Amino acid sequence: MTGPARREITLSVNGERRSLTVAPRKLLSDALREDLILTGTHVGCEHGVCGACTVLIDGRPARSCLAFAVQMEGHEITTIEKVAEGGEFSPLQQALHDHHALQCGFCTAGIIMTFQAFLAEVPDPTEDEVRDVLSGNLCRCTGYQPIVAAILSAARVMRGEGQA
Amino acid sequence: MKPAPFTYHRPATLDAVLDLLAAHGADAQILAGGQSLGPLLNLRMAMPEHVIDINDLADLGQMRRRDDWFEIGALVRHHAVATSPEGRRCMPLLAAAVGTIGHYAIRQRGTMGGSLVQADPAAQIPLVALALDAEVTIQSRRGVRSVPVADFVLSAMEVALDDDEIVTGLGFPLQSPTQGWSFQNFCRRRGDYALASVAVILDLAEDGTLADLRCCVGGTAPVAQRLADLEAGARGHHPTPAWQRDTAQQIAATVPAEDDSKATEAFRREIVEVLSIRALAEAVKRARVSEVQP
Repeated sequence: MTGPARREITLSVNGERRSLTVAPRKLLSDALREDLILTGTHVGCEHGVCGACTVLIDGRPARSCLAFAVQMEGHEITTIEKVAEGGEFSPLQQALHDHHALQCGFCTAGIIMTFQAFLAEVPDPTEDEVRDVLSGNLCRCTGYQPIVAAILSAARVMRGEGQA
Repeated sequence: MKPAPFTYHRPATLDAVLDLLAAHGADAQILAGGQSLGPLLNLRMAMPEHVIDINDLADLGQMRRRDDWFEIGALVRHHAVATSPEGRRCMPLLAAAVGTIGHYAIRQRGTMGGSLVQADPAAQIPLVALALDAEVTIQSRRGVRSVPVADFVLSAMEVALDDDEIVTGLGFPLQSPTQGWSFQNFCRRRGDYALASVAVILDLAEDGTLADLRCCVGGTAPVAQRLADLEAGARGHHPTPAWQRDTAQQIAATVPAEDDSKATEAFRREIVEVLSIRALAEAVKRARVSEVQP
């Protein structure tokens, strides 16, 4: 096979250093799923529209299908696998569960990664702001209402304002 | 849905980027935020032999006010511009428009230079850069040049950039605090490219008449349109609600528009008229009469 050589890279994923050998064109989403077997990150449209593959790059949400694994040396990647540390749901995960805010669950990891970053930046968002940010993550099951309710509820819990 | 093979370069300095462009320019693509190039690569609508990743060039990721200008490096992310307190104060039209690009996650990666060079006819940055008389800074091994954005965007997805050149930054003249401004766009779904968008900037004279009007429309033609005749004719008028309605009708009748797969010409003109009424009304509401200089 011709084409540019594969190269060995070291990525920092969920706080662990992981070495892998990839072609330059390998998408970060594919490297996470196929090489590192972190299959919680889902791949939907593969051109940045659906939001299912959203991960955090240096703490900021990004489409992992629009980044190449080779670009990520020197950056910290966080995936859905890091969210439920010690087997405990995060407040956002618990709220999504409590509000029945997922059916098939394909979009859920991307939504959690997006809003983990957004709620850290904007702890007390309006419903309009939540809907604006949620517009970047497609969900084909729920009709979005329970997701919006869950995010607003999780924000309250994270601010220390009582139960979901 | 996977990119074709390419050779990956990750230069650490602008000099190294310029060398790579001089060597491979015609077969190379610059990778900045990747939010437009990524889909093009994944869909194999772009198949460059060389991809030059400029994300390590920290100097291009800076923005700052210098004298009467706001200078924004090509690698500054949309989200940084949309949420920067200084940007929102000195460049409110730009910050507001950039805050509507794509989605939250897209704006974290997408860059000012990348969006400009992509030159989508319906994109926010080419439109507001035209309204704000922005300057584009371009570098190559041959030197540095600066071009008004009006001369930089040539057609849909086409800019005046040679194969060995890179956009390193954009310069915007500061908006005055008394200036009225508005950005309006209409998308079928939030985050889509707009069917049409309108940017308005205006200054009021002491007697409340229009001292200056700038009006640009995007999304209806291959490039954003600056309505120079309409702008010149507006000076001296009182921007009453009746004037706003008449002017919006004039804007909608004047802009080039065609039927395409997304909207008919008539529908587009109707959108432009409604957006123009909203933009003019909001800009007038925001404008303050300039204080008399001592």
